Amino acid sequence: MDILKMTAVELSAAIKDRKTTAVEAARASLERIAEKEEQYHCYLTIDRQGVLKQAEEVQMRIEKGELTGPLAGVPMAVKDNLCTAGMLTTCASRILENFVPPYSAEAVLRLQKAGAVMIGKTNMDEFAMGSTTETSAFGETKNPWNPAHVPGGSSGGSAAAVAAGECFYALGSDTGGSIRQPASFCGVVGMKPTYGTVSRYGLIAYGSSLDQIGPLAKDVTDCAAILESIAFHDEKDSTSIERHDTDFTLALSENVKGMRIGVPNDYFGEGLDEEVGDAVLRAAKRLEEKGAIVEKFDLSLVDYAIPAYYTIAAAEASSNLERFDGMKYGYRTKDYDGLHSLYKRTRSEGFGEEVKRRIMLGSFVLSSGYYDAYYLKALKVKALIKKAFDDAFSKYDVILGPAAPTTAPKLGESLADPIKMYLGDIYTIAVNLAGLPGISVPCGLDSAGLPIGLQLIGDCFQEKKLIRAAYTYEKARGAFPAADVGGGIAAGRKEGV
Amino acid sequence: MANIIDDDTIEYVSILAKLELSEEEREQAKKDMGRMLDYIDKLGELDTEGVEPMTHVFPVQNVFREDIVTNSDTREELLANAPEQRDGMFVVPKTV
Repeated sequence: MDILKMTAVELSAAIKDRKTTAVEAARASLERIAEKEEQYHCYLTIDRQGVLKQAEEVQMRIEKGELTGPLAGVPMAVKDNLCTAGMLTTCASRILENFVPPYSAEAVLRLQKAGAVMIGKTNMDEFAMGSTTETSAFGETKNPWNPAHVPGGSSGGSAAAVAAGECFYALGSDTGGSIRQPASFCGVVGMKPTYGTVSRYGLIAYGSSLDQIGPLAKDVTDCAAILESIAFHDEKDSTSIERHDTDFTLALSENVKGMRIGVPNDYFGEGLDEEVGDAVLRAAKRLEEKGAIVEKFDLSLVDYAIPAYYTIAAAEASSNLERFDGMKYGYRTKDYDGLHSLYKRTRSEGFGEEVKRRIMLGSFVLSSGYYDAYYLKALKVKALIKKAFDDAFSKYDVILGPAAPTTAPKLGESLADPIKMYLGDIYTIAVNLAGLPGISVPCGLDSAGLPIGLQLIGDCFQEKKLIRAAYTYEKARGAFPAADVGGGIAAGRKEGV
Repeated sequence: MANIIDDDTIEYVSILAKLELSEEEREQAKKDMGRMLDYIDKLGELDTEGVEPMTHVFPVQNVFREDIVTNSDTREELLANAPEQRDGMFVVPKTV
């Protein structure tokens, strides 16, 4: 029995059936980390001592019948922008390099209540600003399918850790595609829920009106089980929404008969890699064969999502990141002359290039004289984009397209031209502006052997339709090859879909 | 490039942003911001006359809760994160 090949739900069931234990699972993950982490660098912090102790406690509680959920005993990882009590939480930034939170994020607590064994904290783009995990102040993560390529971002460490078998699932956060795009690049399933479904308490804020926590996992079933555990109406987050339909695992059924699926023509235009487009359309065909009604349509406004997003996200970031001032926690410059000099030097030395770029842009678009022309304009465009989705969802249950225009680029190719990097978010970003749920499911490999992601988008609160469509597709597709398992990377593993 | 960012603007924005940029960083910031604004100007193509700016996707109004303390005393942990502390207090530069 190869524990590492199991999904999270399979592993937990095997632990309950006494075929293995939480401790053996934790050991297997640590051994895999010992073998692969030096090469991939998925983690920023690994709690080597704590993991086994946690696993022993969880195992005892499973045996006593106290933990009965579908994720009990499963080793997992958490993106390093989610606070974890007593464990370093850096946001991959120098400015928080020594920050140990006194509390845990609500989503982390929810999973711990469900019997999660936390291995550690995963690498990311600094403050989640980036699409490649290369803006991390602590070195880039490499794609387990081919270490010359990026894992995507900003939740690149989480996606790569799942793909490499260094954990069974992970939490990420998605502000403009930061779960779905790395899931696509690493051949795993990643889901961003409807805004407000998962409490943001303890998530270090980037663009608060867009940020949402979600799972990265091996399959759709794991994704549904994780989301069911972390969805929670939390008084500590005033944007948290009370929902009574969070029994997402009930939607795991192979049934898309009569489901109306819209394929936006605008998602298949210029800039889309041909192999990616073909794979995604083949996936649409699969769903059609299963009884879905698939139709092309014009979504409109797609080209306006990125400029609107970068205006809003930068504005919110410039405000959210004001708190990093070197006073109560984090980095403080050694050399300063008075209060303002301390602020400015601390921040200039503590933040990386991309973070500074966005803080500057955000400060500008919010400044007197430019607020109306830029920030307010972007909020109006956001309203138009939301309206375009409302119109689409009056006709369709689900929107289908690629998660990203290409497969994972090579390391070092993206950062030189920020606007080009931003354009890579074209299919994911509007989903955040409109608060919608979206999921990325692997749907093939390109000729270089890199995974391609199918994105499904639902209307607000329609996660169950998404899960049903994604699950049906996954079953129709069949098993997806794993990254770096048993030798040669992607060699001879062309997907048959 | 349609948007030319001058030295005064960069100076003003870096005061707002509380950032001290090196000469090289300033030049880069001028270029980056100009390019980004050129790109963002694309939004001007859309007629948004009469459109309500959307700050929040759901019509959530003020959310209130009772002001009851639920967290425990984490004074020691909080202070442990301080760059500098003395006698149970944060040490900061003279402010007045």
